[in-house]
Amino acid sequence: MATEPVIELRDVRKAYEMGTVRVEALRGVSLRIDPGEYVAIMGPSGSGKSTLMHILGCLDVPTEGTYRLAGEDVSTLDDVELAEIRNRRIGFVFQQFNLLPSLTALRNVELPLSYAAIDRATRHRRARESLARVGLDDRLHHRPGELSGGQQQRVAVARAVATDPALVLADEPTGNLDSAATADVLALFDELHRAGRTVVLITHEAEVAARAARTVRIRDGAIEDALVAS
Amino acid sequence: MKWGDVLRNGWDAIRNHKLRSALTSLGILIGIAAVVLTVGLGQGAQKQVADRLSALGGNLLIVSPGSSTSGGLRGGFGSASTLTTADADALSARSAAPDVAGVAPVLQSSNQSLVNGPTNWTTSVVGTTPSWLSVRGRDLSSGRFITAADEKEAAAVAVLASDTAQELFGPLDPVGQSVTINSVPYEVVGVLTSAGSDSTTNLDDQAIVPLSTASQRIVGGTSRTSVQTIYVKASSPGRLGAAYQETNAILQYRHGVTSSAGADFSITTQQSVIDTTSSVNTTLTNLLIGVAALSLIVGGIGVMNIMLVSVKERTREIGLRKALGGTPAVIRRQFLCEASMLGLTGGLLGVATGVGGALTLPHFIDSPVTLSVPWILIAIAVAIAIGIGFGVYPAARAARLSPIDALRSE
Repeated sequence: MATEPVIELRDVRKAYEMGTVRVEALRGVSLRIDPGEYVAIMGPSGSGKSTLMHILGCLDVPTEGTYRLAGEDVSTLDDVELAEIRNRRIGFVFQQFNLLPSLTALRNVELPLSYAAIDRATRHRRARESLARVGLDDRLHHRPGELSGGQQQRVAVARAVATDPALVLADEPTGNLDSAATADVLALFDELHRAGRTVVLITHEAEVAARAARTVRIRDGAIEDALVAS
Repeated sequence: MKWGDVLRNGWDAIRNHKLRSALTSLGILIGIAAVVLTVGLGQGAQKQVADRLSALGGNLLIVSPGSSTSGGLRGGFGSASTLTTADADALSARSAAPDVAGVAPVLQSSNQSLVNGPTNWTTSVVGTTPSWLSVRGRDLSSGRFITAADEKEAAAVAVLASDTAQELFGPLDPVGQSVTINSVPYEVVGVLTSAGSDSTTNLDDQAIVPLSTASQRIVGGTSRTSVQTIYVKASSPGRLGAAYQETNAILQYRHGVTSSAGADFSITTQQSVIDTTSSVNTTLTNLLIGVAALSLIVGGIGVMNIMLVSVKERTREIGLRKALGGTPAVIRRQFLCEASMLGLTGGLLGVATGVGGALTLPHFIDSPVTLSVPWILIAIAVAIAIGIGFGVYPAARAARLSPIDALRSE
């Protein structure tokens, strides 16, 4: 199992019908990411970066090609199965943090665990551990509005890892942060990487991408310098 | 997701928008309060009628004579004088009619003029026996009722009903005074308390005299022993049927008839009167419930409206929940749960308002309100059902949202 890749994309294509026009967002992407890798996906806007992120995050399925996530073919799953895969396999970190403003940090982190129907005591324990790992064990009962941007993003990271996912998928995680908070959050990703997690970070900032061990560039729906790991 | 978490989510969402939730619940609150009050008023009125009728002799059987035939024309019930005081005596026998608690034969003459000095008043004069008081369930406000001695002597004594006493004597106490009927002076010995009206007559406007006095001096006629009506009181409402059987058997035997088709008398009960009154009340109650149902529908549309706004407003939240693993079914359940909680909140507050109204209303209007627990439970269930019913569409919309579009929305 150790050699099985976390992500294995084979000639993935994604086309959208925009009225009568067919737009090809991805034109044959093949990508392999092994467990424990820290990969940045870079590209300008309109490059197909977001589409790739949606497919990697199981928010959407490819039109053609196959996607195996942690050994499981997810390219043909329906909405319900995709929701379950997202819950079990993927931890999301978004640019907008996407915390629920009415819930405390602790309950925000518990959210994906509650969708996994884990009992409350276990949920509490795992959410606390997760928040402690991002250094927020003194902010458990604060609501997002009472936290700084950097702290909110740390709560989001805690939420992403609380389910112990195969993949942490971060979509422009520093896009809304000042440089101090950016450094803070990137340090957190370094830490996740050191702890052996697979991290995929989508960004258009070169200095953010530079922190990753490997950078995949995408342009016009295809990977530019096919740095597929051997 | 566990049900406990679904409920908790719903409750959180409602708490986060207190004012909005309260206003949304208001529509349902009003509808439910109206249902509780309407049903309470309807049942109260029904109970009042039933109580009043039973106070007037709810266990009462009314025996009327059969029809007479004269020159080939058959008269209606009561035109023959087939009932006699001897019939009444036979029905009083405990051994033959154990379920009969009392018997009161009555000879009545309407349009009798009662005179007190310069004042006169036309009313009906009822000749009966001392048992009438208990059989008809009446009480005296002053004086005494007719006694067995009065009956035996055909004494010229009268007991006046409250309205009659008022008309003839005004505020004065009539007891001991004299009233003239058919040029004969009668001593007023007692006054009845007010009993209201039954469906056809004012029970507070009549004069009671001994049966013997009535048959000899007022009604006249061919037979001094015949009576117009015999009131038979059963020992309890539950024994009314048994009392009916006994009365029927005794009278058939005494009148020498073998089948009910050939009977020269008829027996009716007050139940038919209660049934008529109830059906009028039921119609009114149903009408008011219809109005309340309309307001519940309006309340339900309010729930739907606010749920649609809520789904729109929380598109991003829905997207996030889906990204984190919320399946369409779970998302739908969450919004249905919120809608049903809005309904439940409205329902509980509505019941509280309705009960409060039911407790205070009788102080302002002359109507009793009966609260019934089954109806309250039904009202709450209806409120929840309305929340769910009108929440289905908004919840389905939330469940259908694509997570990508939802996450992108601002």
